[in-house]
Amino acid sequence: MKHLPISLIWGAALSLFFVLVAALSLIWVPYDVTSLSIADRLQTASAEHWLGTDQFGRDLLSMLMVGARTSIAVALVAVGIGIVIGVPLGLTAAANRGSLLDEVIMRGNDLIFAFPSLVIAILITAVFGPSAINAIIAIGIFNIPVFARVARGGALSLWTLDYILAARVAGKGKARISAEHILPNLGNLLIVQATIQFSLGILAEAALSYVGLGAQPPTPSWGRMLAEAQTMIYTHPMLAILPGVTIILMVLGLNLMGDGLRDALDPRLRRARQ
Amino acid sequence: MIRASPLWSNRGLLSNVTSMLRYIFKRALSLSLSLVVASFVIFFLIEVIPGDTASFMLGLNATEQAVANLRADLGLDGTALQRYLSWTGGMLQGDFGISYTYRVPVSELILDRLWVSLPLAGFALLLSTAIAFPIGLIAAANRGRAADYGIIGGTQLGIAVPNFWFAMLLVLVFAVKLQWFSAGGFPGWSNPAAALKALVLPSIALALPQAAILARVMRSALIETLSQDYIRTARAKGLSRRQAVLRHALRNALIPVLTIIGLQFSFLLAGAIIIENVFFLPGLGRLIFQGITQRDLIVVESVTMLLVFAVILVTFLVDIAYAIADPRLRRR
Repeated sequence: MKHLPISLIWGAALSLFFVLVAALSLIWVPYDVTSLSIADRLQTASAEHWLGTDQFGRDLLSMLMVGARTSIAVALVAVGIGIVIGVPLGLTAAANRGSLLDEVIMRGNDLIFAFPSLVIAILITAVFGPSAINAIIAIGIFNIPVFARVARGGALSLWTLDYILAARVAGKGKARISAEHILPNLGNLLIVQATIQFSLGILAEAALSYVGLGAQPPTPSWGRMLAEAQTMIYTHPMLAILPGVTIILMVLGLNLMGDGLRDALDPRLRRARQ
Repeated sequence: MIRASPLWSNRGLLSNVTSMLRYIFKRALSLSLSLVVASFVIFFLIEVIPGDTASFMLGLNATEQAVANLRADLGLDGTALQRYLSWTGGMLQGDFGISYTYRVPVSELILDRLWVSLPLAGFALLLSTAIAFPIGLIAAANRGRAADYGIIGGTQLGIAVPNFWFAMLLVLVFAVKLQWFSAGGFPGWSNPAAALKALVLPSIALALPQAAILARVMRSALIETLSQDYIRTARAKGLSRRQAVLRHALRNALIPVLTIIGLQFSFLLAGAIIIENVFFLPGLGRLIFQGITQRDLIVVESVTMLLVFAVILVTFLVDIAYAIADPRLRRR
């Protein structure tokens, strides 16, 4: 494994860093993020508060750490929804290529793509009330067609291969072939796509909580930190800059990892690189 | 005298046209079906929103009679099916209903807001294309060299930036510190210069991530076409690398790029929702957002339907354009 792409190494390192920070926030944060302390408000970076405090006296580093947990949890579960529902749909469509079922699944996919995702997300959170769970559902729904399409596309090319024919001759049914022979070979494709959707999920969560439709106070989230910083941006720009840079680094890490994984896992590209 | 034979015989032309017409018919059928399903989904989503619009509008002290009258007035007293049919039937005739809060036809509101949303989406798209094209071209032409890596890194960064955060920074720098632009609001088109100026920062904020995506698509599409045999032929024929790119590769690489541009335009119409909020622009996105918070559900319903229609229509047109360019696609 000498020839790992640089983007993969950097991306994985960045992503791992944020995951570790989020995990750490479960057992330890420098300060409690739910208690307000007006006496400590708007401090600049110091030995006590490494990144300073916000207008309510909360420690920014602690807020960012817990915010990482919120973002990652929301995006991860949303990706999970997309995989758990989307992949079986895509496999079913591929196994019954050209049938009415295939047509219905794929047209259904197109239809979801046609909906303005942010508008529907806002609508869903308006219907069921703003919360992290509803943000997950809103983001997750739009992951379903993505994974269905990727799974179907990958599966279609696998279905033409000889070993699938051998499995059919052996008397295996479509569902069993899909589960035993197609799915394991789609791993690479799905991992790359999951990384990309994960990073899009982080951005979507930030956008939703920025407009007040994500995780609710007192749970810190990067998007709401930005929204709260907006009125303070003229006097205390760092309050807005820090969460923004954090989001960028997390998304950048995931995107680099996705790109690197695709390069490392795609034999066509690997040959081209050597 | 030698006469050039026609490229295709008349019979060939005829079958060409009929296959095209058949394809358009099939696509149009699926377009209408999509619209029907979309209208069901939107209507159902709005239906399950808890609470009664009429009592919400009249407040706590309203009499039952007043609430009942208002419901009848708003056309909310029929069965779900009746309301669905009158809503969709109305839209087919250009009647999008009457806004509950503004008490004006929704079509008027939409038309009003389109004057902000369309130019905003247009400028953002123009800007992102103007940035993405040369960048993608330079990256592809210098594949594997420092310039390419620099551009790839830059586009990665561009994609990772949340556009509303970028918008906040733009306000901080250009509105607060330098005071070149106002921090938000829209003066209306009666003063075109001021109106254009108000759209500058929002367009830039919207364009940046789009440009990063577009530049990447442009780069990979160009690299893909550059590996084709006809490019080798063109080079063997004596064209320089630059000529081969400009004359042959660019034109063919444009197909995927145009698809993305089409999708980005429909995305920008509604996707501007948060940017419109940052800059207090009265656009379509903000109209929906306000509709949701004020429970002006007919506005939400109709504008969402319109946006879905726009996306489906763009996809339809792109499909048709492809089929005209590439007859093989018609057999799908």
